[in-house]
Amino acid sequence: MPIIATQGLTMRFARVTALDDLSVAVEPGVVGLVGANGAGKSTLIKILLGLLPPTSGTATVLGLDIAREGLRIRESVGFMPEYECLPPDVSATEFVVHMARMCGLPPTAARERAADTLRHVGLYEERYRPIGGYSTGMRQRVKLAQALVHDPKLVFLDEPTNGLDPAGRDEMLDLIRRIGAEFGISVLVTSHLLGELERVCDHVVIIDGGKLLRSQAVEAYTTESGVLTVEVDDGRDTLGQHLHDQGVTVHPEGRFLVVDIAGEQTYDLIRDGVADLGLRLIRMEQRRHHIEEVFQAGPAGPAGPPAPAGAVQPGAVQPGAVQQGAPR
Amino acid sequence: MSTSTIHDIGYRHYDGRRNGRAYVLRSLYVHNLRAAFGLGRPARAKVMPFLLAAIMLLPAAGSVAAFAFTKEPDALFRYASYAVIMQVIVAIFLATQAPVLASREIRFHVIPLYFSRPVGHLDFVLAKGAAMASALFALMAVPVTVLYVGGLVAKMPDSGEQVLKWLGALVGCVLFALVLAAIGMVVAAFTPRRGFGVAAVIAVYMVSAAFVGAVQGIAEAQTNFTLQGWAGLFTPFNLVDIVQVRLLGAQSSSAGVPSGIEGGIVALALCAVIVLGSIAVLYRRFRKAGLS
Repeated sequence: MPIIATQGLTMRFARVTALDDLSVAVEPGVVGLVGANGAGKSTLIKILLGLLPPTSGTATVLGLDIAREGLRIRESVGFMPEYECLPPDVSATEFVVHMARMCGLPPTAARERAADTLRHVGLYEERYRPIGGYSTGMRQRVKLAQALVHDPKLVFLDEPTNGLDPAGRDEMLDLIRRIGAEFGISVLVTSHLLGELERVCDHVVIIDGGKLLRSQAVEAYTTESGVLTVEVDDGRDTLGQHLHDQGVTVHPEGRFLVVDIAGEQTYDLIRDGVADLGLRLIRMEQRRHHIEEVFQAGPAGPAGPPAPAGAVQPGAVQPGAVQQGAPR
Repeated sequence: MSTSTIHDIGYRHYDGRRNGRAYVLRSLYVHNLRAAFGLGRPARAKVMPFLLAAIMLLPAAGSVAAFAFTKEPDALFRYASYAVIMQVIVAIFLATQAPVLASREIRFHVIPLYFSRPVGHLDFVLAKGAAMASALFALMAVPVTVLYVGGLVAKMPDSGEQVLKWLGALVGCVLFALVLAAIGMVVAAFTPRRGFGVAAVIAVYMVSAAFVGAVQGIAEAQTNFTLQGWAGLFTPFNLVDIVQVRLLGAQSSSAGVPSGIEGGIVALALCAVIVLGSIAVLYRRFRKAGLS
């Protein structure tokens, strides 16, 4: 059963269309929701929580209808907002206990769960101090703890890495992975940074301007592409010219050559070319896609026809687009 | 002897009891009532409410002491007039504590965390309103009860009549608490900055009191006692006092009270409109804050 399924979900505000005929279904696990700022991510979460009725379309969360069973959805999900949402003058313990009680947990259970959850997110002695004195990283942990304290089946994490330094970002991503893998709680995590989600998610949904761009398992985004990266010690241009003369499509890119694979013989041509010219071959590897290319492929392909955003397929990435992707 | 080790037992799921709406509503009410007195907050949050509560008690205690010595029934404040006499203190309490309940969670964007849980919008407003009203009731009813118990201990004559007067005054306190909480919460909910909230609530109290006072003064000078009485409807303490005088049999402690039972009924109806109107306004305000 999909944890989240939407059919033709549309949300129009007075001047903007936040969601436009969005139909998507995702299975349990860690799901990334990617889009630029204003792509409709936060609006989608509010709709899925049953707080904002959509203009049209339907959706289910954990098999419950958002229009009729909003209360039951809110009993079994957790929500970590993007913005600051913590009162400064109470301690993390006090606050998280209160939020647990708001989910109906009896007093003793609320205290135990709050202590457990704060420990899991990595807040120890400081949890007895007022939140006003916390660092951004600690605040993010409290926000995460309040979303998990009632042991939900699904959590919505809206931009959990916002404002964190690289180390804090890694710790937060690690926590998200543990929530999915160890805690067994499904996660819908939003971000505008694809690279982050590539590391923790099983499945990534990309929306742009309220429209679905792509919804796929992470592996599908990072399959092998049809190009080879070739690195030689000296004489990159010589090799490039040599291969070009033999009818191979080749582009220089930094210290590398990027070669389109036409078939088995491409490998032989490169091998022979390197040997004939007496160059030292450092590496030759098949390049993998990065999720970022989904965004770069459309506008960045001067050679190919500008593909409509929704029609971009993996493997159909234009050479021009690959050229723009930094080697990894 | 075994060495103790800390075992990381990993994440444990919660499969215990989850209570329903009544429990959530009660928890929310208690949380807000505690907040109204600064409990569960740093010490400086407790200073103002407890200082004001102490100031409220002082005249009552002094009055009981004076009565015990002199045995003069006039030395004891009339129960129903206590809230009106001490109205400045009650208004300051409302002004400092209504923003704590009504606008603090709006300002720090905590509201969406409630509504993403099984907390209803109406329950949320009712719990907050009831907590503010309860805090105000405690502030006024405790000194009134001190007066009554003190009088009883010091052998006040007509103890049967005193009980009735005391109970009537408590009903009056409930009404004061509801009306003041309704006005204070609405004003505070629309002034997210705490300092402004305090100032705004005080301003509403002062302006209405001053305006009504001026109108009543002019009316009295022109011997227009009808206008003097009806003008009293437009400031909260005088409004509730009209109900106390006309429907609960208390003696007037305000400048103007309209004559006859219908004056009391109009005043009571106006109180109901204020309370229900404030619930409707707060419902919309918090609902909007829950989506921001």
